[in-house]
Amino acid sequence: MVAKPVFRTCGVTGLKIHDGAELLIKANAVTAVVVLAVGGLFGLLVALTRWPSVHLLPADMFYLALTAHGIDILIVWCIFFEVALMYFASAVLLGSRLATPKMGWVAYALMVLGAVITNWKVLEGNSSVMMTSYVPMQADPLFYVGLILFAVGALIACFIFLGTLVVAKAEKCYEGSIPLVTFGALVACIIAVYTIASGAIILIPTFLWSIGLIAHIDPLMYKVVWWGMGHSSQQINVAAHIAVWYAIAAILFGAKPLSEKVSRMAYLTYIFFLQIASAHHLLVEPGLSSSYKIFNTSYGMYLAVLGSMIHGLTVPGCIEAAQRKKGFNKGLFEWLRKAPWGNPVFSGMFLSLIMFGFLGGISGVTMGVEQINIMIHNTIYVPGHFHGTVAVGTTLAFMALCFFLVPVLFRRELVLPGLAKLQPYLFGLGMGVFSVFMMGAGTLGVSRRHWDMAFTDAPHAFSHAPAAFLMMGIVGVSAVIAVIGGAIFIAVMVGTILFGKPMVFAPAAAAPSAPPAVATYGSAEEFSVPGTFTLALLFLTMFVLYYFVNWKYLASTWLLS
Amino acid sequence: MSIFPPKEKVWFNEPVEKAEILWIGIALVWALIMFAMMPLWHLKGSQNMSNEAYRIQPDKYQAKVDEFVEKYKVGEEGKAKTPVVHPPAGSDVYLLARLWEWYPVLELEQGKSYRLHLSSLDWQHGFSVQPANINLQVHPGIDEVVTITPTTSGDFGIICNEYCGIGHHTMLGKIRVVAGK
Ligand code: HEM
Ligand SMILES: [Cu+2]
Ligand SMILES: [Cu+2]
Repeated sequence: MVAKPVFRTCGVTGLKIHDGAELLIKANAVTAVVVLAVGGLFGLLVALTRWPSVHLLPADMFYLALTAHGIDILIVWCIFFEVALMYFASAVLLGSRLATPKMGWVAYALMVLGAVITNWKVLEGNSSVMMTSYVPMQADPLFYVGLILFAVGALIACFIFLGTLVVAKAEKCYEGSIPLVTFGALVACIIAVYTIASGAIILIPTFLWSIGLIAHIDPLMYKVVWWGMGHSSQQINVAAHIAVWYAIAAILFGAKPLSEKVSRMAYLTYIFFLQIASAHHLLVEPGLSSSYKIFNTSYGMYLAVLGSMIHGLTVPGCIEAAQRKKGFNKGLFEWLRKAPWGNPVFSGMFLSLIMFGFLGGISGVTMGVEQINIMIHNTIYVPGHFHGTVAVGTTLAFMALCFFLVPVLFRRELVLPGLAKLQPYLFGLGMGVFSVFMMGAGTLGVSRRHWDMAFTDAPHAFSHAPAAFLMMGIVGVSAVIAVIGGAIFIAVMVGTILFGKPMVFAPAAAAPSAPPAVATYGSAEEFSVPGTFTLALLFLTMFVLYYFVNWKYLASTWLLS
Repeated sequence: MSIFPPKEKVWFNEPVEKAEILWIGIALVWALIMFAMMPLWHLKGSQNMSNEAYRIQPDKYQAKVDEFVEKYKVGEEGKAKTPVVHPPAGSDVYLLARLWEWYPVLELEQGKSYRLHLSSLDWQHGFSVQPANINLQVHPGIDEVVTITPTTSGDFGIICNEYCGIGHHTMLGKIRVVAGK
């Protein structure tokens, strides 16, 4: 009944690629990139409105564009790309066929349909409820239907991934354990299943409420369950982009993990601790006790922070070890200086790694402190933080991988290589500055999701400090720079797919690198990683300083008990 | 390589690098310090969440606010002629959030403590006192009580920082803190 799966051997990597899998990977990745372009455009409109001296959109359009930006870019772009990534990490990396490609198309269709429906409702203007859609604010019923369809599609994709792992094992496509990158994708997938379950638990009743079948949804209960989804969906991104970091380190440097055990354990902390620690979104909520908040965020989050700090060492560490093995052994940092900074695959990945830690990581843990959150909650510090995680971390890592993956899958050479070289710097550094100044403005009390920081139509007068306006201006400028970087990415990707020069390979040119490339373990050929360790200590110093500065700042405000 | 299966099938027994073990140790200690800070601040610090909250019907809350305003009203202010209320130090103070206003204007004394009640009549709102930078979530149906002590004086804006629809950015209230007698 089942047609015999067709494979080709990749001319660049020597990997065995199943046609059915390849087509699905292409479809999901291309859709993701298109959605990124749309969502980025909304981001630009929002940013130009928050730039005080530009103040582009009228209020209703601003809230509409912000809702669309949040949904398209955070949910639709990330998940489409992650589906492509799951198929890649299972079928391609294991050299197996994809389980049930037909269901893969069903999943794809559902996701596209769901995304289209939700966007249609948002653009119609009666569902500007933000991606969080907190009750009792109500959106059009179809807004929720779209999200639910999208989630069902994503769930099917998760099961296809799991099924492929089973197939690969049964058909003996590999020996021993799955590769670390596949393991990372598996972690992302497990978290995704949990995420989608929470989403269903809250969105289905909310849909029923929107059509009048349920009379009341408790706003606090909604938030607790919603963040079971909203929070853990971010852990899918984290697990996925860390897998991408490891993958790029392996692809470019032939790097092997310093220790499989440590890296895999660090991943496991995400499953056990990170995904349930959602109370950091609810720290200043009435009606939840401090002991619950502290227990939930610290027992869980800090062990997961530990996991992330471990990856923060082992990812650059494995690159350092690989580089030193090649002879870049001078001083602490020759391995890093002589890395291919002109290759967007590397520069994107490394900027993503550094900025995710320094911007997203440090700010996230600090504002996740119950008391410090009193100064941060719902200020524009919050989007500052998460553009430091999900834009500069996840999105930049995914972009970097695209620079490798798209030429390989479409068998075309990258167009506009000069611009591609600049892309990670424009997008990464633009977004980095953008994040930092949003955090700065948030510390001065500027609100998130807010059309008018000058309060012209308000019943009373209030004005923010001039520094706050200046910072929001810098936010606007850096957003434009980042958007130029984003546009280059889109142009290079679309250009490559449509007009790239077909690659020619001598048959079986690059020999499959699998067997020889697996390095052996044992201290004999271990290189120590002093450079990475120095970077890690620098990170820790910044972290500790920033953490305590915030406590000091908290101590200076009004007393609350 | 990370994209291929580990060479050693029993990778679990492979030795771990010293640097990694050291880093895990350092990170763990840091995690424990961070964990300890929160309960410690509840004991020693002066900025903490109150944990006092009651379920309440919005109309009941509104009645309490009206009674409170009637009792302590000292004037009116702003384009909407919002009543200004000067409650005695140490008393229960009621602030109401609704689309799209904070009601009433509060006049408090510097250095005095008040039991501030917060609740919404309709959707969720965000109580953000600036530039003191205190941000609390306000729910419909929950009467949240925080003991608040303004330590600086002057006029403070109450920004709504939870998106609440098209008039969200016009929802600005006021707290005036006057030097104590
Ligand atoms: C160049 C690209 C981008 C620009 C210019 C941009 C700009 C902005 C701005 C100005 C806000 C609004 C802050 C506020 O008023 O509350 C925002 C919100 C947001 N952005 Fe971006 N962003 C970009 C890329 C991204 C990316 C790549 C992601 C995620 C993958 C992302 C996720 C979000 C989310 C989730 C929100 C919050 C929406 C909400 O409050 O409901 N953004 N963005
Ligand atoms: Cu979270
Ligand atoms: Cu509001």
